[in-house]
Amino acid sequence: MREAPLLEVKDLGVTLNTSRGPAQAVRGVSFALRRGETLGLVGESGCGKSVTALALMGLLPESAVISGSVRLDGAELVGLPDAAYCKLRGNRISMIFQEPMTALNPMHTIGHQVAEPLLRHTGVSAAQARQEAIALLDRVGLPDAAKRVDAYPHQFSGGQRQRITIAMALACQPDVLIADEPTTALDVTIQGQILDLIAGLVAEHGMSMILISHDLGVIAENVDRMMVMYGGTVVESGATDAVFTRMGHPYTQGLFRARPRLGARKGTRLKTIAGTVPELADLPAGCTFADRCAIVEARCRAALPAVVDVGGSHGVRCIRTDVSMAAGGVGA
Amino acid sequence: MSAPLTASTAAITPGARPVTGFWRRALRHRSFALGAVLSLVVLGAALLSLVWTPWPAYDIDVASKLRPPSAAHWLGTDVLGRDIVSLLLVGARSTILVGVIAVGIGLTFGVGLGLIAAARKGWTEELIMRMSDFTFAFPAVLSAIMLAAVAGPGMVTSITAIGIFQIPTFVRVTRGSANAIWAREFVLAARAAGKGSFRITIEHVLPNILSILIVQATIQFALAILAEAALSYLGLGTQPPQPSWGRMLNDAQTLLFQSPMLAVYPGAAIAIAVLGLNLLGDGLRDLLDPRLARER
Repeated sequence: MREAPLLEVKDLGVTLNTSRGPAQAVRGVSFALRRGETLGLVGESGCGKSVTALALMGLLPESAVISGSVRLDGAELVGLPDAAYCKLRGNRISMIFQEPMTALNPMHTIGHQVAEPLLRHTGVSAAQARQEAIALLDRVGLPDAAKRVDAYPHQFSGGQRQRITIAMALACQPDVLIADEPTTALDVTIQGQILDLIAGLVAEHGMSMILISHDLGVIAENVDRMMVMYGGTVVESGATDAVFTRMGHPYTQGLFRARPRLGARKGTRLKTIAGTVPELADLPAGCTFADRCAIVEARCRAALPAVVDVGGSHGVRCIRTDVSMAAGGVGA
Repeated sequence: MSAPLTASTAAITPGARPVTGFWRRALRHRSFALGAVLSLVVLGAALLSLVWTPWPAYDIDVASKLRPPSAAHWLGTDVLGRDIVSLLLVGARSTILVGVIAVGIGLTFGVGLGLIAAARKGWTEELIMRMSDFTFAFPAVLSAIMLAAVAGPGMVTSITAIGIFQIPTFVRVTRGSANAIWAREFVLAARAAGKGSFRITIEHVLPNILSILIVQATIQFALAILAEAALSYLGLGTQPPQPSWGRMLNDAQTLLFQSPMLAVYPGAAIAIAVLGLNLLGDGLRDLLDPRLARER
């Protein structure tokens, strides 16, 4: 019998109240994450990646309506009172944010900020928390951690600050780590180091991780399983290798073709996906990708397609996988 | 400034701590320096009056009324023969007392309500903001007249009225700047670390809006002084025999053609206090600007 999942998300839906009316930012997202497993969430801006992450953290604005179920070790998180959620955040579920330049409070020392979750969630003394903070900062590769623990955020570079936020997120050794585009704001040279650091720490503590990115390369190298999101729904999911070898959804294929490639002839234009992302406040009735899809049919627009299992728990939300997954895919 | 550099400077001049960035910049900032000097003059006058005045401020000597400036009475005497210098010194006391307490009332309630509004959002915020709009609609003078009608005129009435008048300003400033901090990513990160809204308010929001509040408090202090003078002038504030700059103006009014200088002295005192505090506030605004404070 398989181990019960650590985090189980069933039919998660989020409706945000925007100035243009209610917007279905996330629809029918389901996945299970086992202990020690890593999951990638990929998609373009506004596809619902970050909203999904914030929903898991219980950090959506109060006006947001959440449906479905999120279970951590079998305990339901949707509808949990804020006080109870506070005990989980930073303790059992942690998050690393995109912008290290703004994710630290400029008024407090970094040592104070890293020690904070420890003081809050564990019974350690201030002195112990400080020692622990130094050890954590040292572990995330901040040079001279013992000397710089009383420095302020503005005295560090972007990469160093992201290391500090990682130390903050990992202070209490959470079960689940959500990394929301942790390297998007960093230099390419630093990106690799930070991702290696995160991957190392996740493996070291046996944590589960949800890595959010719009960079297919980052996803390919860092996670066991991946989900491709579009227009608030998961359009394709499966083991990372399986998805990259047999991309089933026309959107995933389009996303893959839009990558720049080394060795391409000079002057070659990057392939793009025609059209724009649908307005979340005004989603089409059928497949969200229908307006940009090359193989769209009338029935695609009738209703949101169901997920088709194309083998090995590789799911594709498309009714035309027979065409899209035929040799070479669409329009290659 | 990096840590090793500070250490070496301290080693060269033992005992004498190098002037830190804030004070060095403060001394170079002209309007701040001038404002600080003027404000200190007023504060010094009030403190001095506690231990010494040239003449007892309450002693009436009708025989020597309306004397011009002389060696005995540096600025002359008023219609009751009281020494003007002594009156001005003691008057500074009520000015500062009213200012401090009224701004204290405004700060305590205004900042508290503003922080609650920003932290709770929703109908709580709506209720607090609409209530402050309602209070804002009444000028200090009007609320003082209403209060005086109920509780009788006096210093307590004027302090309360000015204090209440200050609350909505602080509510608005606090709520506005607190909302901006709440939208920052480090607050989201703090929430992700498991902090509740009370802790976030105390540890993240308040320290980050403190400089704005300090500047606002300085400017509100100047407004409180003006309001106190106005209320005393109308006879609603400080009551005789207690000297107050506003009362002195009121007394001088009837003698404007015989002894115009009687009105000039308290007027100048009020102007110095208000100007000093405004310059101080402007200077602080520049000095506490986070873009400059980064040099710390």
